[in-house]
Amino acid sequence: MDEQIIEKVVIEHRDSLGGILSILTEIQSKFGYLPQDALRQVAKKTDSSLTDIYAVATFYKAFSLKPRGKHLVSVCLGTACHVRGAPKIADEFSRQLGIKSGETTRDKEFSFETVNCLGACALGPTVVVDNHYFSHVTTAKVQHIIEQARKGFQQSDPRTDHRIFKIQVNCPVCNHTLMDNEHEIDGAASIKLAASSSGKKGTIRLSSLYGSSSTDSDGDFPKGNVISIFCPYCREELPSELICPECGANMAMMTAGKYATFHICSRYGCLGHMLDITSQTQDSLKEMKG
Amino acid sequence: MITLTINGLEVSVEEGTTILEAAEFLGFPIPTLCHMEGLTPYGACRLCVVEIGEGPGAKLVSSCTYRAEQGLKVRTSSARVMKARAMIIELLLASCPQSKIIQDLASKYEIRQQRFRQEYEDCILCGRCVRMCEEQMMAKAIGFRGRGQNRSIGTPFDIPSDVCRQCGGCIYVCPACTLRCTYTEPEKAICGGCANISPPCIQKDSFNDLMCYMDPCVACEIKKQ
Ligand code: FES
Ligand code: FES
Repeated sequence: MDEQIIEKVVIEHRDSLGGILSILTEIQSKFGYLPQDALRQVAKKTDSSLTDIYAVATFYKAFSLKPRGKHLVSVCLGTACHVRGAPKIADEFSRQLGIKSGETTRDKEFSFETVNCLGACALGPTVVVDNHYFSHVTTAKVQHIIEQARKGFQQSDPRTDHRIFKIQVNCPVCNHTLMDNEHEIDGAASIKLAASSSGKKGTIRLSSLYGSSSTDSDGDFPKGNVISIFCPYCREELPSELICPECGANMAMMTAGKYATFHICSRYGCLGHMLDITSQTQDSLKEMKG
Repeated sequence: MITLTINGLEVSVEEGTTILEAAEFLGFPIPTLCHMEGLTPYGACRLCVVEIGEGPGAKLVSSCTYRAEQGLKVRTSSARVMKARAMIIELLLASCPQSKIIQDLASKYEIRQQRFRQEYEDCILCGRCVRMCEEQMMAKAIGFRGRGQNRSIGTPFDIPSDVCRQCGGCIYVCPACTLRCTYTEPEKAICGGCANISPPCIQKDSFNDLMCYMDPCVACEIKKQ
């Protein structure tokens, strides 16, 4: 158990409302489950009793106290899926994986659970594997789904996925392009920005694929802090026009072609971003997509 | 001071008083299970239901958690209350028939049948022990775990707690595990054992001063005469 990891997570969320939940969620995402020692440490570090932490950890279905497999299969047994034969699908998964609901395969590859409604009833029977939704699942499809999960779902491809497109941005002050062809993220030129926070300086790079939230940074900024974002060429701070709808911090503005501005949240770790299109003509869209 | 009416009688109580306390002050009995003096009201068992308000707006509330309000009209044993209470006792019987306290409640409220699937739980999740441990013993060694059907009380990870001093406070306050009914017909939800056997103290003088759970005790009444 890496004590420092837990310590860091606790410090990050200590003052926020409902901190315990955020702490547990983050530990769960780091380790895949909530190890006993981690819960003990959280109790100690947050000055609360282990009994309370344990009560929260066992109350929410999202938390697991047992190690989970690499892939999580959730089969919906909600009313709508149930009448469409979900129990048979759950049985099939359990037969093919060789485990019952709530268990993990011995090779730690798959965990299998049943849930009550995934909110996609019209598509039932619904199965979710590693956040990928499968609709109208039949027993015949089960094997295919497992195989696909084994191989790993590929990230959506910007060339075929129409929801994702490339944008090109410039500094609103000196109009220098902020695109960095040298350094690619998601297989495309990244957006290069200079950043600083309480004396620390660094470069952050964002994916230029609108819809992707991949970033890269060489500065060691604490998550959740608001940082100042500069143009790496003219060294001017990027102006702020909007407030982040996710967290309320200021957003840094860049220009994206003639008619649009691109805003990103200045809170490190917040994924808030926005493309503001002033005059939505075909031309401006084309230009933006570059 | 707040004035409210309980079963037609007016009573003035301090602000913050619960209906249960006000009714006790007037001498109206309200059965309770999860309530305990010295512990914060929790409202888990619902046995202490009373009816408040009038006409179609009347509703059932748990008197141990409901604070008295100015002009409130309370009925502690209306037909609706009695019906609800009987149902609650039936449900308690269905989950935990071994508890002498619950069996006594059943006899007192003349419950003659139990219509639910019979279970034999050890715990009714009233939370008395949890509050005792936290509030009086300052230990917080036990707590609630899980939820819904899987809710249970115990220590984290089911291993002996390092903050538990083994004071026994939790067992002392438990309405389900201290006094056990040891009746002989486990399929039957309603024990009635106490009502049917002739107590040994009737026949043997040597039992006279033994500690006895019978309350009220038929034998004592007979002897007194
Ligand atoms: S019932 Fe399965 S998604 Fe709603
Ligand atoms: S005594 Fe009031 S709810 Fe249990």
